[in-house]
Amino acid sequence: MSTPCTTPGGPVVFDPMSLPADDNVNAYTFCVELKGSQWFLQKGKMIAYYGAIEFNGIGHGRLDRLVRTSFHSPLHASDWVVAEGSGKMLLADRAFDVNSYDLNDGNLTIRSGNLLAFQPSLALKQSIVPGFLTLIGTGKFVAASNGPVVFMEPPIRVDPQALVGWADCPSPCHHYDHGYMTGVMGGLRAMTGLGGASGEEHQFEFVGAGTVLLQSSETLMAEQATGTVPQQAGVPGAGGAHSTQGPQSGVPRLPGQLGDLQRRFGL
Amino acid sequence: MFRLQGSNVLAVDMTGDAVKAKNGSMVAYDGQMSFKKLTGGGEGLRGMVTRRLTGEQMTLMEVRGQGTCWFADRASEINLVSLQGDKLYVESSNLLATDGGLRTGTTFTGLRGASQGNGLFTTTIEGHGQAAIMSDGPAVVLRVSAQYPLIVDPGAYIAHQGNLRQTFQSGATFRTLLGEGGGEAFQIRFEGDGLVYVQPSERNTIAGDV
Repeated sequence: MSTPCTTPGGPVVFDPMSLPADDNVNAYTFCVELKGSQWFLQKGKMIAYYGAIEFNGIGHGRLDRLVRTSFHSPLHASDWVVAEGSGKMLLADRAFDVNSYDLNDGNLTIRSGNLLAFQPSLALKQSIVPGFLTLIGTGKFVAASNGPVVFMEPPIRVDPQALVGWADCPSPCHHYDHGYMTGVMGGLRAMTGLGGASGEEHQFEFVGAGTVLLQSSETLMAEQATGTVPQQAGVPGAGGAHSTQGPQSGVPRLPGQLGDLQRRFGL
Repeated sequence: MFRLQGSNVLAVDMTGDAVKAKNGSMVAYDGQMSFKKLTGGGEGLRGMVTRRLTGEQMTLMEVRGQGTCWFADRASEINLVSLQGDKLYVESSNLLATDGGLRTGTTFTGLRGASQGNGLFTTTIEGHGQAAIMSDGPAVVLRVSAQYPLIVDPGAYIAHQGNLRQTFQSGATFRTLLGEGGGEAFQIRFEGDGLVYVQPSERNTIAGDV
């Protein structure tokens, strides 16, 4: 591979030879090399390409076979396209940091809005956690984040807005700072923000062995729909199927929420 | 003499010469400077009328003096372009500053501009000297040569220079109408010999959702 030719004092100029193959061009742009191969990518994230590359929505009949083996969230298939052909293609997303990750017979769960592209050797599935997608198998994928990604090892509690994804460890659970949030005063604090709510009373808690990916900012990327799940008994997040009544109905309640006052007073 | 201080601030060292810069983009200076609004971008009456007619409006100021002047605009990334007699095509909203000796003008871009949602016309800069253009995220500079044409998403295109032909190509098929489009329904194809600047971000275009 030749080095990019530079004019003195000028910017680095790339051509198809000097563009990296399946690597970052800079922190915000990723270059994918296609040699008759295919990549899945989120709609509209291609910014430029050399060569002959075709973009097909994955309702495309010819791609059915591919979709069957590596795409398992059929209900948001319309947000994804398959790029195929030969050449080099640049991907970017609203000037967010992009990085590629290699999975080697592993699994990784990622916030749906952060996933940009992946190789079809990986299988994409909806996570049981709403708004997240899981990639399983061996291959490369590209993810965007707001600020560089930091890797942490469990046990760890993380801010919900900073979480990008996690690999190999069990799904997280919610953690609340009970000491701060219980009681009538805690309820008032949580409801109104008065009395010194720190905004950090709620975290995701990770345990077990694995890696947690965090972005270095609390600005979330726009959510991508992950599709709805079938309305079945035992499927979390199946919309509209709540038949339970009473204290558990509707929106989940924080332990200190004011709406629970009646229960607190035994009414 | 243009130089970057960090990636979001342009520093220009001046010894009595002038630069044209986007109106209001000066953030600091030392030495003696005078700022003069250039009515019509210094293109004379004809240029003024053209810009008014084409909607490719641009308010520039002329900065002249001794010392260093710093320019920045909404923390956009700044890219330096040096011109040796060739022509740079850039959207007026992406232009930060040029050497005083460079000529600016407007030109027709055709359908490419329309697909980007920023008009059918673009700004040209010609001559010998430097220009500073802005992008959302650092621009990637891609070379186009005879054997390697380049296809660019209209929303990520910011500028090009050299001897390039641009054609507008549509990837829209009957599947687009069925809602199964490839997401890249409109593309610009560059052929010839030159450089294309793309930014790692897409403006909102009508093409983005098709």
